[in-house]
Amino acid sequence: MPAYYLEILILLLGFTMLGIEAFSSNRSRSGIAVLGISGLFVVLLFLIIAVPSSEVPYDYWGIYHVDKWALFYKAIAILTTLLVLVLAKDFSSAFKKYTSQSNEFSGIGEYYCLPIFVCAGLMWMASAKDLITIFVSLELVTIGFYVLVSFMRRNVGSLEAGVKYLVLGALSTGFLVYGIAWIFGVTGHFDLSGIAEALNSGEIEKKPIIFAFALLMVGLGFKVAAVPFHIWVPDVYQGTSMPITAFLSVGSKAAGFIVLLRVIEPFLNSPLTSSSVILILSFLVCVTLFFGNLVAIKQTNIKRLLAYSSIAHAGFLMMALPAMESGFHSKLIGPSPMESISFYLAGYLLMTMLCFLVITIVSSLTDGENIDDLRGLGARSPLLAFAMLVGVASLAGIPLTVGFFGKFLLFNIAIQYAVFSGSWYIVAFAVLGASAGFYYYFKIIRAMYCGGAEQDGDQLALTISTLSRVVIIVLLAGVILCGVFPKLILGFL
Amino acid sequence: MIIDLIVFIPVIAALAIGLGAEGRKTALGAAGANLILGLIVISELMRKGGEELIFETSTVILENPKLTLGFAVDGMSGVLLLLTVIVTFCAVYVSPEKAPDGKVKLYHIAPLLISAGALGAFCSTDLFFLFAFHELALIPTFLMIGLYGHGRDKLAVAWKITIYLGVGSLILLGGLIALYSNLTSAESATFNIADLTAIAETMQLDQEVQKWIFLPLFLGFGILVSLFPFHSWAAPAYASAPTSIAMLHAGVLKKFGLYGILRVAMPMLPKGFEAWEGLILVLLLGNIIYVGFVTISQKYLDRMLGNSSVMHMGYAFLGIACVNHIGWNGAVLMMFAHGISIALLFALCGSLRERLSTLELSEIGGLASKVPFLAVSFGFAAFASIGLPGFANFASEITILFGAFNGAGEVGNLQKAAILALWGVVISAVYMLRAYRNVFQGDSAQGLTLVRRDSLNKIPIILMIVVLLLTGFFPNLILSMLPS
Repeated sequence: MPAYYLEILILLLGFTMLGIEAFSSNRSRSGIAVLGISGLFVVLLFLIIAVPSSEVPYDYWGIYHVDKWALFYKAIAILTTLLVLVLAKDFSSAFKKYTSQSNEFSGIGEYYCLPIFVCAGLMWMASAKDLITIFVSLELVTIGFYVLVSFMRRNVGSLEAGVKYLVLGALSTGFLVYGIAWIFGVTGHFDLSGIAEALNSGEIEKKPIIFAFALLMVGLGFKVAAVPFHIWVPDVYQGTSMPITAFLSVGSKAAGFIVLLRVIEPFLNSPLTSSSVILILSFLVCVTLFFGNLVAIKQTNIKRLLAYSSIAHAGFLMMALPAMESGFHSKLIGPSPMESISFYLAGYLLMTMLCFLVITIVSSLTDGENIDDLRGLGARSPLLAFAMLVGVASLAGIPLTVGFFGKFLLFNIAIQYAVFSGSWYIVAFAVLGASAGFYYYFKIIRAMYCGGAEQDGDQLALTISTLSRVVIIVLLAGVILCGVFPKLILGFL
Repeated sequence: MIIDLIVFIPVIAALAIGLGAEGRKTALGAAGANLILGLIVISELMRKGGEELIFETSTVILENPKLTLGFAVDGMSGVLLLLTVIVTFCAVYVSPEKAPDGKVKLYHIAPLLISAGALGAFCSTDLFFLFAFHELALIPTFLMIGLYGHGRDKLAVAWKITIYLGVGSLILLGGLIALYSNLTSAESATFNIADLTAIAETMQLDQEVQKWIFLPLFLGFGILVSLFPFHSWAAPAYASAPTSIAMLHAGVLKKFGLYGILRVAMPMLPKGFEAWEGLILVLLLGNIIYVGFVTISQKYLDRMLGNSSVMHMGYAFLGIACVNHIGWNGAVLMMFAHGISIALLFALCGSLRERLSTLELSEIGGLASKVPFLAVSFGFAAFASIGLPGFANFASEITILFGAFNGAGEVGNLQKAAILALWGVVISAVYMLRAYRNVFQGDSAQGLTLVRRDSLNKIPIILMIVVLLLTGFFPNLILSMLPS
């Protein structure tokens, strides 16, 4: 089966779900969610089993590229979407309050369908090696998100988030298109291999190409939530519904990174541009690490906290980007920047989804999104509290979790690169950021276990659906096992 | 295999408690089993001499760089393993059935996890897991101090220890990565400690490189041992922590930093140490003299014990700074002796805390007639801590001093530092004897009563005193396992 069948299958799944949602008389929409979840699971199986390795790597028509990275990021996209649907199903009871007047489930069918189309966009992004394809798939994703972010139409916060995302998203798209136009103007190519050739041909002026690169970085920085293009992140994360926050935080970031990695590579490997590109990247890394981690300290809303933590993680991930420079490649000991970033993103998927699943269950019952609303969770639901504990510990980078191993790989690269290039400031910012992380993540742990005595009144037991329970246990096992046996993920790379 | 068992029995027991097994009984069973297994390991080590690694196991978890989840013991690891299983057993034994708020699970899971972390760190054959296991203790410590700590500022104390140890371990991680990437190349990247040591010996990195890798390693490990001036987390944390956690943390976990310096930094970066020797001598004198005076000025028994434990770390650093096997063996013996004696002191202090309304030294007094057993054992512990002959602490301190003067033709910096450090013995005599007099002799201030009945378990106390005396009279029991 050729790899592009996967996207077609996903689209078919989405259309089927839309059709059922339109013509079904059943009021409860949970059937659609179940169909989506199982459909995505089947496609994931297809990806693992049915795509023959003889086809990898392969170019279709010069615009659709399949290699092991593409497949890996496609798997991440599918898995993320699947988990988002699980979250959405748990969240639906809180959600219906904001969608329909009569407090019914009827208004939320599309909420299960749209992520499927976004998923198709994410998967296409993983295969894009051509600036036009990158742009089109990116827009497919972003337009889907415009709707999803503001889907709670009777909630002012959600609408505000939607408008912010729309305006800033459009702005960043503008920068991206402008950058693409400049690159085409300077090099005469849209495809990345052609651009690489042109960059090494020696017939190009430096200034316009660096200008074009900077414009591209604005657009992509917006996607991966790098400072200073992060302004939308806290507000949108806070305003929109929990499942979409998770989707933005994981799916959008992972897809943004595969595009970023692909786009940056030719620029880093060309002697003409590499020094300026490294300078730009180093600046972005430092401010992202500094700002994301330190602002997170002050947050009391858990979604805002996770928003800044997501910015911080973008900083850690970008730490490995300058090390993709060709002169350094042969000297690196251990997994390459590409492998390390992919590992980290897969781990980030596991731990972030684990946290969001717990918060979704808690907040859909108590309607609170502050850290203090987690008070006493340790007593109310030991499983949820333990899951959150492991997820947060992994985000903070406590050893024997997947988050620690990811950080270890990235620090491994950053430190060796610092030895190679002699500039230690990125490592210094990373150490500062990671130690701030201990504080703001442990705040959550403190709230869950050390608080709660004064809130005896609402000690309502939390009910967890069987599906969520299974997913929580799977993710929990994943976070710990992949932390001790990283080959479970690295084996795919 | 037996070492794997020792490391994972506490983890499995913790899991069982989490899933509903009876708290104290399970923990005690696991700790007891570990004690027996630990003694088996030690007897085997004594037979083999402790030079080479025994009971080695390994599972490769990554090829490039080579990471192995594997355990083995040689003499030094064995001594610390013995220390851990003894202190764990005693800590679990003295902790009550239920936590102050009536809950059971976390209260018994936390000591087990800390113990597993320490055991894993001491026995790992791999640098990566040496580091990783140590941090297993971070969250249990944070929660136990934050939840069940004593004093009004317990949360602040919990933050302080967590952030200090977190930052220390991040710096350490940076140093470890710099170390392995300088020693190995892309084809032979490994984290195996024995391999790295062998490579370091043959390849001899440049002085300058060694100097700058040694610094983060020493700082990182040093923060974990409460090296002056990064010591301010230790005393409040020990004073605030529940008894079992204070025993495990002060007695066992803090030794990890010293172990790391002896296992990693000193053998692999000898020139790095030379470059910083002067600074290190000044810092360790800061531990002994400055913190010693701080200890004298303490008004509360628990704070005083916490500070005394920081102070004694200075001697261990002095032993390390000798850079010969006599001094290093002395440092290992010191870790063992100090670990047992401080755990004993905290156990007794915890028992006093349960029964008194205050631990302020000027308030209490005359307890010897009311709690004679406690008074006698506190006397033993205090004498051990001062370093009276007959206790292991004396043997270790004298060995360290021998190490400092071994083969010295003239009085160099090390010897001067050792002479100054000797005054620490006087300082510790001052505060320990004064504390003993204040608590157990004389009159108590008005209104002080023993609020609760005697609930002290005698078995762990006696066990620790016996170990101290035994290794004090026969230090060769320990020293014979270490390289000479």
